[in-house]
Amino acid sequence: MLKVRVIPTLLWKQFGLVKGTRFDSWRRVGPVLPAIKVYNQRDVDELVLVDITANTTGEPPDFESIADFSQECFVPFAVGGGVTNIDQVQKLLRSGADKIVVNTAAYSSPSLVTDIAGRYGTQCVVGSVDAKRNLMGGWTCFSHSGSRDTGRKVVDWARELEDRGAGEILITSIDNDGMMEGYDLGLIEIVSLSVNIPVIASGGAGNYQHMIEAVKQSGASAVAAASMFHFTEQTPGGAKEAMRQAGIPVRLNFAPVQ
Amino acid sequence: MKVGIIDYGVGNLGSIARALEQLRVSPVLVDRAIDIHANDALILPGVGNFTDCMQILQQGGWVNAIKEEVNNYNRPLLGICLGMQLLANFGLEGALDSNIGTEGLGLIPGRVVSLTSQGCSLRVPHVGWNSITKLVDSKPCLLDGIIDGTDFYFVHSYVFIADEQKNILAKAEYDISFTAAVGVGRVWGTQFHPEKSSRAGMQLLRNFIYSQRC
Repeated sequence: MLKVRVIPTLLWKQFGLVKGTRFDSWRRVGPVLPAIKVYNQRDVDELVLVDITANTTGEPPDFESIADFSQECFVPFAVGGGVTNIDQVQKLLRSGADKIVVNTAAYSSPSLVTDIAGRYGTQCVVGSVDAKRNLMGGWTCFSHSGSRDTGRKVVDWARELEDRGAGEILITSIDNDGMMEGYDLGLIEIVSLSVNIPVIASGGAGNYQHMIEAVKQSGASAVAAASMFHFTEQTPGGAKEAMRQAGIPVRLNFAPVQ
Repeated sequence: MKVGIIDYGVGNLGSIARALEQLRVSPVLVDRAIDIHANDALILPGVGNFTDCMQILQQGGWVNAIKEEVNNYNRPLLGICLGMQLLANFGLEGALDSNIGTEGLGLIPGRVVSLTSQGCSLRVPHVGWNSITKLVDSKPCLLDGIIDGTDFYFVHSYVFIADEQKNILAKAEYDISFTAAVGVGRVWGTQFHPEKSSRAGMQLLRNFIYSQRC
């Protein structure tokens, strides 16, 4: 049986990791490489690293740094931020990324998703969607690190990403991001019900119970968190133990036996 | 101790190399078949499709070089993911004639077919952390210290059908039961990626490195 994953999200801005609230008010968290090493020692299921400056400056991904980071990563490594074309995808994969997270570029050139899936397989493409609640009671997608309203409805866009070959959807609530008061369960649920690919819940996790809710109530296949791991004593291992006790299939940390 | 990673131009070998360094052995990226003999053990990675990889191995003179190391020098060899599948007699992925298939290295008797053809009705590729069930207690070397039910990271659409049950070390389930690890003598293969399987994967790589003691 496939396991429900717990994924620390690393937001990388210029020289180090940051974390904000509602995609703003960035706080410095520390350098990237030690964080990756620590998460590896803690036996996490997967890491997501997003370069949040790349898509605003228009600069290509920093392949050299990605190569350094990936060497310390002994779990699947999803990398995104500023990915606009298939050549960059190839370079990122050569630099050790296992999956490519596509967000902003997919709105203007959705064929990028199709191209990555066609050339490297659907498991290589994570369709990342940043969504905000709208006045109609639904959710609208935003690009450019949550700064531009794309006018697209979240369900339509998630389905299009799936149709175009995304292997999973990383759905982030802009409203709940960094607040640590829980995921936007309605958002996670509507996306989970709309697509047949795994959905990673993101934005708002503050404790283990929030993660359990995202899986049990909203159907998430994986739960991502940043603030909760950066700013509290809670750990991915602790999250998995709590989820196991709640009856969710998780990968337990490995302990060798003799 | 020198472990050669066969570098025939497919995929990223950084995390395999780094994993070996963590285990305090020197990884060597072997990019010419004539250099293969200078290593104590060999790792055969693989990404992409069976037929393409076999063509590249054939053109680079790797097929004979690998067979010679295994058959004449009893060199430990670990195939990872597609690298494991290449150990079979033949594979259907990308084959011009799907009745015959493409010839593999033929180091572990078996064939490689799609998960779907075996009755798997779930989405392929099979991606994610999945647990293995160990089969052969008498040959535990590669899986030493790894208990039944340990999770490893899988990404694949094709599976290895071993001709002989005794060569299957572990199975996994994804709608159907399939081969997760194989071994004959000092030739091993894992369908999962030990270099992406955190500590459990590290334990398996350690077992492989010290397999000469088994």
